[in-house]
Amino acid sequence: MNKTVNPTDLQLDDDGPLYAARKKVYPQSVSGTFRRTKWGLMAFCLGVYYLLPFVRWNRGLGAPDQAVLVDLPNSRFYFFFIELWPQEVYYFTGLLIVAALTLFLMNAVGGRIWCGYLCPQTVWTDLFYAVERWVEGDRRERMRKDAAKGTITLRRAGEIALKHSIWLMIAWWTGGAWVLYFTDAPTLVWQLLTFQAPMIAYIWIGILTATTYVFAGWMREQVCVYMCPWPRIQAALTDEWALNVTYKYDRGEARTSLKKASELRALGQPVGDCIDCYQCVAVCPTGIDIRNGPQLDCIQCGLCIDACDTVMTKIGRETRLIGYDNDINIHRRQEGKPPIYRIVRPRTITYAAMIVAVGAIMLYALLTRSLLDVNVLHDRNPVAVKLSDGSIRNAYTVRLLNKRGFDRVIAIDVDGPINATLHVVGADSVTQDRPMIILARDTTTELRLLVTAPAENNPEKSVPVNFRVTDIGLGEVASATDHFVSP
Amino acid sequence: MTEHSDIDHVSGTSTTGHEWDGIRELNTPLPRWWVITFYLTIVWAIGYWIVYPAWPLLWSHTTGIWNYSTRAEVATELANLEKIRGDKMVALGAAPLEEIEKNPALLALARARGKTVFGDNCAPCHGSGGAGAKGYPNLNDDEWLWGGSLDQIMQTIQFGARSGHQKAHEGAMLAFGKEGVLKKDEIVTVANYVRSLSGLSTAGGYNAAAGAKIFADNCASCHGDNGKGNQELGAPNLTDKIWLYGSDEATLVETISNGRAGVMPAWVGRLDPSTIKALTVYVHSLGGGQ
Repeated sequence: MNKTVNPTDLQLDDDGPLYAARKKVYPQSVSGTFRRTKWGLMAFCLGVYYLLPFVRWNRGLGAPDQAVLVDLPNSRFYFFFIELWPQEVYYFTGLLIVAALTLFLMNAVGGRIWCGYLCPQTVWTDLFYAVERWVEGDRRERMRKDAAKGTITLRRAGEIALKHSIWLMIAWWTGGAWVLYFTDAPTLVWQLLTFQAPMIAYIWIGILTATTYVFAGWMREQVCVYMCPWPRIQAALTDEWALNVTYKYDRGEARTSLKKASELRALGQPVGDCIDCYQCVAVCPTGIDIRNGPQLDCIQCGLCIDACDTVMTKIGRETRLIGYDNDINIHRRQEGKPPIYRIVRPRTITYAAMIVAVGAIMLYALLTRSLLDVNVLHDRNPVAVKLSDGSIRNAYTVRLLNKRGFDRVIAIDVDGPINATLHVVGADSVTQDRPMIILARDTTTELRLLVTAPAENNPEKSVPVNFRVTDIGLGEVASATDHFVSP
Repeated sequence: MTEHSDIDHVSGTSTTGHEWDGIRELNTPLPRWWVITFYLTIVWAIGYWIVYPAWPLLWSHTTGIWNYSTRAEVATELANLEKIRGDKMVALGAAPLEEIEKNPALLALARARGKTVFGDNCAPCHGSGGAGAKGYPNLNDDEWLWGGSLDQIMQTIQFGARSGHQKAHEGAMLAFGKEGVLKKDEIVTVANYVRSLSGLSTAGGYNAAAGAKIFADNCASCHGDNGKGNQELGAPNLTDKIWLYGSDEATLVETISNGRAGVMPAWVGRLDPSTIKALTVYVHSLGGGQ
């Protein structure tokens, strides 16, 4: 017979076995600074997400007037005054670099701010919790109702139906807002209302409705703890100066009940401020005990700070037993030194400087990019042709890019040491010996160019030639160099 | 089953009752959603066998109940493609040749279509870029045996040269040596004369006046008095720098002795009219045409 072991002797911490079933988390409502901050940021983030597609931006006749638009059929991305072409995706690379650096900076200053306040998973889960609380009641009520699931009443069934309906509505609108970024929003809303929208829109709304509903309604903190790679990365990015949500155990320990604490205090015994009320655990959306120290599951939303502050105020002790702090200060306090906070330090300065530098490079590239462009490809087969009078002709495929929102008249010239003449297949006109092309707005046009060098100027080997395109109206010039060769 | 409900104290989970060398197995079944998904995949697989062609038989295979086949799928796709292309090709077929080069959309279509058709049909002789070879004209240059205007190019593509088609270009270089019209030394003399027409050097001791006389008597009827050629007959211009078979004396002697009659096939009936139009525009744009 096996020796009996008392389970409590072995489970020293609450990690439990890896295969333990999920313990459902019932976060309690809380009020305070961080709760208000979270409401504010939620309103801002969701407001931007839901309303941005409806913001208009005038780009001239015939061009889309949506401020933010990913125009996949025409391969264009519009962001207010910026219009990007597919070959300019490197701006997104820059954007990603800035985003990564901002994340680093945020971590260096205030720990996992992203996780606690801005991550979509956090924002939508928070919203879904608010709905749940509104329909089913607060923590205790929800726990009681879930425990009594065997005896379901009509009222309870109605509650469950209402909660899931509201969740699904939010999820549906979330998926709906997503597709609005890919086409003209008011038109699509009307098409959706009249069931005339393209199938792909319904499919994407369906996918995002399902993911939002499942992620924010059902999986909640499990996404952060088991699925998300960020906690691993972000936790590694915080350093000893970063302000993390911290239980100040130097002040809190030893914990004991309020009554016992006052008795011990009267006897002059050492006692901490923590009264073991478990309010910090009750309000935690990931169900952890912050008093166990920094941990992966902690998204650092600060709600435990609000909960603890409420209790501390009630029992007449100093607030911020849990607060944004760093380990250095805990040790300093234990040594009787005043805490120090250092936001400006080499690491944060470096990150900030890098953000500014990358931002400046991107802005410079954006402001100085050419809105008229020319690419040249020399014909390979044949590379050169001898004409009947002995002159040599080379053919080129030329691609012209007009990134402006209006049609332009473009003159094409070829410069080189061979005194060549130029013929453009399908040129709209030829004025003063220069072939002219009407370049439609916001398009690329491919042309076939025939460049002929008179017999007396035949180059012995390849010589560089320069193709120059000039906007007759604006005087804008773009050029590209290629080679002219003899057979 | 009571003997199986042994509880593991560490995890608080029941065990299966199996024990190997003191190691017991926890009874932790797969999550129900996982098991259901697994059963659904089995149902799906059986459904797949029934609905789609799946099982190889000895000489054939099961055909499924929807008559689905990837072959039919490809055929449908191709038909759709033809339909999409159809409208554009109709527009191309309806447009006058001169208009196509003025319309960027039609020009792009004609060049794209022309390029593929050229690669499939014309490249074996003229080269994939139309650069030609000995005896096969270079289509990138400005020398056109039968004319380089859009209409003339289309005429040549449609009916060919010496192709046997009723409307084909006829006219061949006669075999002056083989037929006994000219003697060997006369041929050498006139070959040197022809070289001199385009400014090439002539052999020592060659009699220019004799050459000119032989040329006027025998060649001028097709190539013209001054050797400028005649596109009606497909007679090349002998004064320019382009030589279809080569310009050295031996090659010219060979040409004059045995004649030349290269064949260009007729493509009418093998390619549809709008494709021939696209090909015409493509060839015309290769060398700028005339």
